[in-house]
Amino acid sequence: MTRGSTVSSHSKGDLRVHQLWFKRSLILSLAAVLTAVACGTSSTPSAGSVNVMATWTGAEQASFFAVMKPFTDQTGITINYEASRDQDALLTTRVAAGNPPDLAAAPSPALLTSFAKAGKIKALNTVVDMTALQSQYAKSWIDLGEPLADGKLYQVYSWVSLKGLIWYNPKNFQAKGYSIPNSWDNLLALQDTIKSSGTTPWCIGLESGAASGWPGSDWVKEIVLSQSGPTVYDNWWQGKQKWTSPEIKLAWQTWGQILGSGDSNVYGGAKNMSATNFGDAGTPMFQNPPKCYMHNQASFITSFFQSANASLVAGNDYNFFSLPDITAQYAGAHVVAGDAWSMFNDTPQAQKMLQYLMTADAQAIWVKRGGKISPNNQVPLTDYPDALSKSTAQILVATKIAKYDAGDQMPSDMRNAYWSAVLSFAQNQGNLNSILANLDAVQAKAYTS
Amino acid sequence: MDFNVLLTDLPTLIGVIIGVPAVLAAYIVGGEYLVRRLPDKARPSVRPWIWVGPALALVTAFLVLPAVGTISTSLQDRKGNFVGLKNFATQLDGFPTGGAWIAIRDNVFWLVFYTLFVLAFGLILAVIFDRVPYEKIVKSLIFMPMAISSVALVVIWKFMYAYQPPGQAQTGTLNFLLNTVFHQDPRTWVQDTTPLLGLIPLNNLALIAAAVWGIVGFSMVILSAALKGIPGDLLEAARVDGAGEITIFRRVIFPLMMPTIVVVGTTLVIFALKAFDVVYAMTNGNYETDVLANRMYKLLYNSNDFPGASAVAVILLLTVIPVLIFNLRQFRAVEARR
Repeated sequence: MTRGSTVSSHSKGDLRVHQLWFKRSLILSLAAVLTAVACGTSSTPSAGSVNVMATWTGAEQASFFAVMKPFTDQTGITINYEASRDQDALLTTRVAAGNPPDLAAAPSPALLTSFAKAGKIKALNTVVDMTALQSQYAKSWIDLGEPLADGKLYQVYSWVSLKGLIWYNPKNFQAKGYSIPNSWDNLLALQDTIKSSGTTPWCIGLESGAASGWPGSDWVKEIVLSQSGPTVYDNWWQGKQKWTSPEIKLAWQTWGQILGSGDSNVYGGAKNMSATNFGDAGTPMFQNPPKCYMHNQASFITSFFQSANASLVAGNDYNFFSLPDITAQYAGAHVVAGDAWSMFNDTPQAQKMLQYLMTADAQAIWVKRGGKISPNNQVPLTDYPDALSKSTAQILVATKIAKYDAGDQMPSDMRNAYWSAVLSFAQNQGNLNSILANLDAVQAKAYTS
Repeated sequence: MDFNVLLTDLPTLIGVIIGVPAVLAAYIVGGEYLVRRLPDKARPSVRPWIWVGPALALVTAFLVLPAVGTISTSLQDRKGNFVGLKNFATQLDGFPTGGAWIAIRDNVFWLVFYTLFVLAFGLILAVIFDRVPYEKIVKSLIFMPMAISSVALVVIWKFMYAYQPPGQAQTGTLNFLLNTVFHQDPRTWVQDTTPLLGLIPLNNLALIAAAVWGIVGFSMVILSAALKGIPGDLLEAARVDGAGEITIFRRVIFPLMMPTIVVVGTTLVIFALKAFDVVYAMTNGNYETDVLANRMYKLLYNSNDFPGASAVAVILLLTVIPVLIFNLRQFRAVEARR
């Protein structure tokens, strides 16, 4: 069209052009509407699907898919899986936007609990088979799933892990004639013996990107539970026990005893502790001569040992003992962690998937692939792929006082302040009083929201 | 990546690919049709609004309204009651180490050092490589870090800064150099808060250096383009008049490039104020390396403190606005000179 025709807008030819434009635009918009309608009606697979969000990526994601394969084969329900390490942020945003996944598995139940308080997740009492759950699960796991203590089950656990395992190299222990300490005093004596031989007893690494500090927070919470018992422990993470209270302060001081004055019991001292990633921290145990002899970490750490040094053999080159009891009264107390499931949208597909995940059959699939322990007593010990994971499972079954990871149950900013406090404490133990006072200040605000 | 998700939603995909342009085309065609119905005189004043309309609507919906929402949230408490400037008072409480002050201090470090380093290195590289035959290859290499994500950049720099105790084989590039060339003890670059020259903590400088490496190609390319825009006869005339190369740079090249330098500089200032990803991935603000954007993120997602996060966002917005205005004016000035 030329500029001339636009100017002579009342000519007949121009009008025809206009009509043509109008028709074209009508057809185009009609096409758009039709395609939109087509989209709305087309995506209806027969059995439906479940939107799932979790933190498992890589090998863990493959294991999760292996668990879900029989379910999809049997029911035809497909799983739309989404993984993120930054789950707090992603899940909060999705829930706030009214677009949550159907099911989410969170390593930190505090977030799920806050959603339960806000009424964003569904009670599971009628979804899962409660009688089966009560007969197959230890009571502490079911109690954990009722964080509001109102008789409503909001979280269920599919896999769990045991914290407070002290990893060591049996060959090093044998060469030096060290024996496994069976009491807290023996542990302290052993670390003095190792130190007097000119090496450092402990390998500790606190670096973990945005979550730096958590490996040290494990130490403190294990000491609190074993030293001052479950009541103090629960009050502490619930915000009813001050950080400056004698019990919590004693736990930090006890950890300070492990670190030694000026962190002299730790390989590389404060600098190396803060600069070393938690996954690399245990590796100096396998050097010749070893730079350190013991490393406190949950069961998953073996995969890091192996990836740093593929020739290591489980049981021969590394093994573990559980952190010795501190106070006799609380003997057999262990800090545990796990993957908590919650349901955001009550769909028949999500219900079926949750029921499936609670079965021993489903949980055994991942147990056999390694790296996970099942809380379900119907999963036989013979399903565990190696001696180490089997003995972890045995300890878990025999645990007298099982308490969930305190940090993961605290509100997020309390937990993050706790992690940062670990970093400050490792830098300078002399600042303990001001560090704890600062944590009290955070505690005063964190629980109100 | 699971492409099945894409395939199962193929109709949606096709709908979006065809539908969105179709709706836009229909809007334009329909709008034009309506404009043509208007009397001749009214058309020029209506037509621009039809064309700008969608952009205006999008900017209003996704920028202006959320900004207004953020400002109003920043004046409320967590339950939505109006509390005036209380959230700002909380953030600005406890100078020099309380509230947001560490983050503000570090943002100032970013503002000064990040901007200066990127400009200085960009300028030096542009001028130096302008004179060599293999310019294109070198410039491509320096530009390359622009293509990687900030988190990947941090992973690379974590290797650069890696630390092993003294006496061990140093795995980090910098500590290796420090050890073998300068015979000094290794340093924990990311954790060490010792001020360098009594000015900026080492770890803040380490974070800024990583970010500078990632962006320096951007300033180099733009400054290089400005450099190439300087007419050769001007430089020729200066040489004939007996000026040395350094004098030419100082008195001819630099003044002519000044407008571009200012525009790049103000853009970098905005980048510095927005600094987040390197800090988040490297330290998450630990060891006194926090910045405002990271603090906002933590308040929002860890503390669920929407008013506090909004207050930090408003503080950031208020600091950015003057720079933005200056930047836009400068853009216009450069355009006017063309």
